[in-house]
Amino acid sequence: MDRPRTIASNAIGLSRADYGGSPSTLCKGCGHNSIASQIVQVAFELSLKPHQVLKFSGIGCSSKSPAYFLGMSHGFNALHGRMPALGTGALIANHTIRGIGVSGDGDTGSIGLGQYKHLLRRNVRMVYVIENNGVYGLTKGQFSATADEGLELKYAGQNTLPPIDLCQEAIAAGCGFVARSFAGDAKQVRELLKAAFSHRGTAVLDIISPCVAFNNEDDSPKSYAYGKHHEKPLHELGFIPPAEEIVIGETEPGELTLVSLHDGSRLKLRRIEEGHDPTDRAAAMSRLIEAERRQEFITGLLYYDAKRPSFSETSHLPDTPLALLPESDLRPPPEALERTLQRYR
Amino acid sequence: MGSAMTTPPRIDRDVTNDFSLVVATANGTGSQTANLTILRACFHMGIPVHGKNIFPSNIQGLPTWYHIRVSKDGYVARRESEVLVAFNQRTVDDDLRTLPPGGMAVVDSGLAHSVQRDDVHVYPIPVKALMAESEHKGKLRDYLANMTFVGVLAHLLEIPLDSIEAALAAQFGGKRKLVDTNLAVVRGAHAWASAELTKTDPFRVAPMDATRDLVLMTGNEAGALGSVFGGVSVAAWYPITPSTSFIDALRGYLPELRRSESGEATYVVIQAEDEVAAIGMLVGAGFGGARALTATSGPGISLMAEFAGLGYFAETPSVIWDVQRVGPSTGLPTRTGQGDLRFAYGLGHGDVKHVVLLPSSIEECFEFGWRSLDLAEQLQTPVFVLSDLDLGMNNWMGEAFTYPEQPLQRGKVLTPAEVMERGFARYVDLDGDGITYRTLPGNEAPGAAYFARGTGHTTHAVYSERAEDWVENTERLARKFETARSYVPEAHEERSPGARVGVIAFGTTRYAIAEARDALASEGLSCSSLRLRALPLREEVRDFIEAHEQVVVVEMNRDGQLAAILRAEYPDLAPRIASVAFLDGMPFTASFVHRRLLPYLTPAALEVA
Repeated sequence: MDRPRTIASNAIGLSRADYGGSPSTLCKGCGHNSIASQIVQVAFELSLKPHQVLKFSGIGCSSKSPAYFLGMSHGFNALHGRMPALGTGALIANHTIRGIGVSGDGDTGSIGLGQYKHLLRRNVRMVYVIENNGVYGLTKGQFSATADEGLELKYAGQNTLPPIDLCQEAIAAGCGFVARSFAGDAKQVRELLKAAFSHRGTAVLDIISPCVAFNNEDDSPKSYAYGKHHEKPLHELGFIPPAEEIVIGETEPGELTLVSLHDGSRLKLRRIEEGHDPTDRAAAMSRLIEAERRQEFITGLLYYDAKRPSFSETSHLPDTPLALLPESDLRPPPEALERTLQRYR
Repeated sequence: MGSAMTTPPRIDRDVTNDFSLVVATANGTGSQTANLTILRACFHMGIPVHGKNIFPSNIQGLPTWYHIRVSKDGYVARRESEVLVAFNQRTVDDDLRTLPPGGMAVVDSGLAHSVQRDDVHVYPIPVKALMAESEHKGKLRDYLANMTFVGVLAHLLEIPLDSIEAALAAQFGGKRKLVDTNLAVVRGAHAWASAELTKTDPFRVAPMDATRDLVLMTGNEAGALGSVFGGVSVAAWYPITPSTSFIDALRGYLPELRRSESGEATYVVIQAEDEVAAIGMLVGAGFGGARALTATSGPGISLMAEFAGLGYFAETPSVIWDVQRVGPSTGLPTRTGQGDLRFAYGLGHGDVKHVVLLPSSIEECFEFGWRSLDLAEQLQTPVFVLSDLDLGMNNWMGEAFTYPEQPLQRGKVLTPAEVMERGFARYVDLDGDGITYRTLPGNEAPGAAYFARGTGHTTHAVYSERAEDWVENTERLARKFETARSYVPEAHEERSPGARVGVIAFGTTRYAIAEARDALASEGLSCSSLRLRALPLREEVRDFIEAHEQVVVVEMNRDGQLAAILRAEYPDLAPRIASVAFLDGMPFTASFVHRRLLPYLTPAALEVA
């Protein structure tokens, strides 16, 4: 199912290394590093043109990571929790560019929850990765809003508050691409990222990404060990680019679902244990609530709907990006001023 | 009917085209249409005129006053009114009490009032009876009732009915039915007044030819129009009085004026979830290459502080209109002031300094509308435009606006070819002016990309905590601010030969100051004036202070914010910088400025006091 990885260059003649960034300054073993390397891999495999990608982040460990991938792309490390607004502005200035933002659970779930919900409500076309570890790393171990209830941490003591589920919040806000994954499941992260780049609006990937420094005890639901043992993928995912033939072997009824993505590519969902229909909003929500109740770590594409137009579509943008409009389109002629002033004489 | 028992005293000057009128009504009763009709009718007659709406933070019911100043000499500052239209039961007693002897009042005879003014010309008008024959019912009827005072004033002040009709036509954008409906009420009241009232007061208007080439509009409309001609392509905002009408005006002009050849819109207006998001969108849009603005007021810029610092430090262009109201906190949301100057100038934590433009007229609102967008891109930084409620929301006369004399200034943006040819490093000061070159996302040249950030960085935009990098970068930013001094609009000066004292001010206090200076000059007390039009300070400001023994900084805030900035920037000149600072939410009157300047012009009087 995977495309061959041995080729030295992709369709636009770039090597995987061309999609790399600066060396990571995060902790050795941090989940965020493996996500960054999947972003590199996916951009390479999709043959994204680096100058047509724009990276964003907020503040926190997660938000440092855009420096570690796509070094040939423009980027903007914004303020804590304010990546959505900044990203919205930049992608409105040039709507032909693909956005990818990397945020964390503190950045998205606490200080930036409002902007997160409004970004999704606007449906700004961008891939929104949440590197979710339930804990504040740079300030040394406080609980974030996604920390599991009852969790005990050395610095913070016991967490008595229920977590905010950022996938539920996304579905409630009208997001049409909501997925959860695990940094330890590289293949799933990759396939979801590819599909996310094909989405019409905001695509949310809430990726549990263990913090090796502050929240990686085996019994913590956001640890590697827990994830390895408890991850329950709803399906096996395979991304199929637009031009590619689909080869499907023998399947049982209901075993395989094909989700058509906005740009003509497709996502193949092979059922594992249960049937989950990602196009049913209520079912997605109730499956998440059920998982919460049963303390299940479900992953995969939870909800998909490409019907809602993106923000740049509803904003009636001109074909030429606003940033590139010539003066003749930006400044009306002198007669227009005279005509307007006539009303005020 | 209703004639005074004794004859009111005469006002000892010719009041033709020289008086102030106040209309007292309740908010939300539709009186604004009637007020603007009087205002526009005088403008149509060629008489210099200005209106100030003193309104409550309320949708319906609280008292509101509309002041109209008619001035053959062209003075437009607020002045205590001699003529009253009393249409509000809740304030009628107070309103009558404030009139000077010899004044005049048109009072709804349905109002009960305990104050009786034998020294004022009072004309009761039977509003209810005049409306009895109207076919209109309910709310429309209440709205139209205001037109009765228009009719009565037209008779008493001698405003021709065709000027009223022209004003109504302008009001309703030529919607004939609305014009006729309103005009019918005006005519009815006018006919009644002609038959029933005997004019005993001296107040009247007479046609002039002083407004022929002028326009009458609000500062918010003018600023929005200027921005449209400045090529604004992204506007992100959150509703807040008194800036909302800026965006309303923008949204009115854009669809008509800003279509590409193929008919596409060349702009986007986004209502954000709050002011943090609004300015966040600007910082992103400016980085992306759009010309981006927002309009807000004090509480909005409080929320914008963090992003303003990012815009300064990551060096992205944006324009922030702060239509000032009275703070701190929610303060007086519908009153005017100049209390945001110091905050806007340094908005953000750490060593932040912003370019601040200070318009005082609709002409300057228009000019700064386009110029601010140029400056923001030239200097790659947020630019603040500090208007105020009085300028933004009220109707002012002005010269027809001048079309921008220079093409759009897009600043130092490298094309792909230029990057190929000369290479690119985001924060290297090649020209020595502190302004470095940038590239826009989408630039396909190898090496064109960079990672913008609010953290310490090298000249190549790479994260750095090195002390040397920090100092190099912040020193360059300081150098850029020095460059900005010569880019911003020059101060406007009027020097009086031999004057010992100079007045320094900014924004809308200019009108009260000009009138006060004329009055002082007629008393043989002259002073120079300098009206600041931007921060940072240009060289001529120092020259002006040095040329006078004393300068008096006049401003509408409590603490003397501009005076403090001047003293801090010119410590050697600080002893000669005095402050007249006051804020009660009302625009200054000339008599207030006169009273407060007098001691500086007559030192003997100061000692006696």
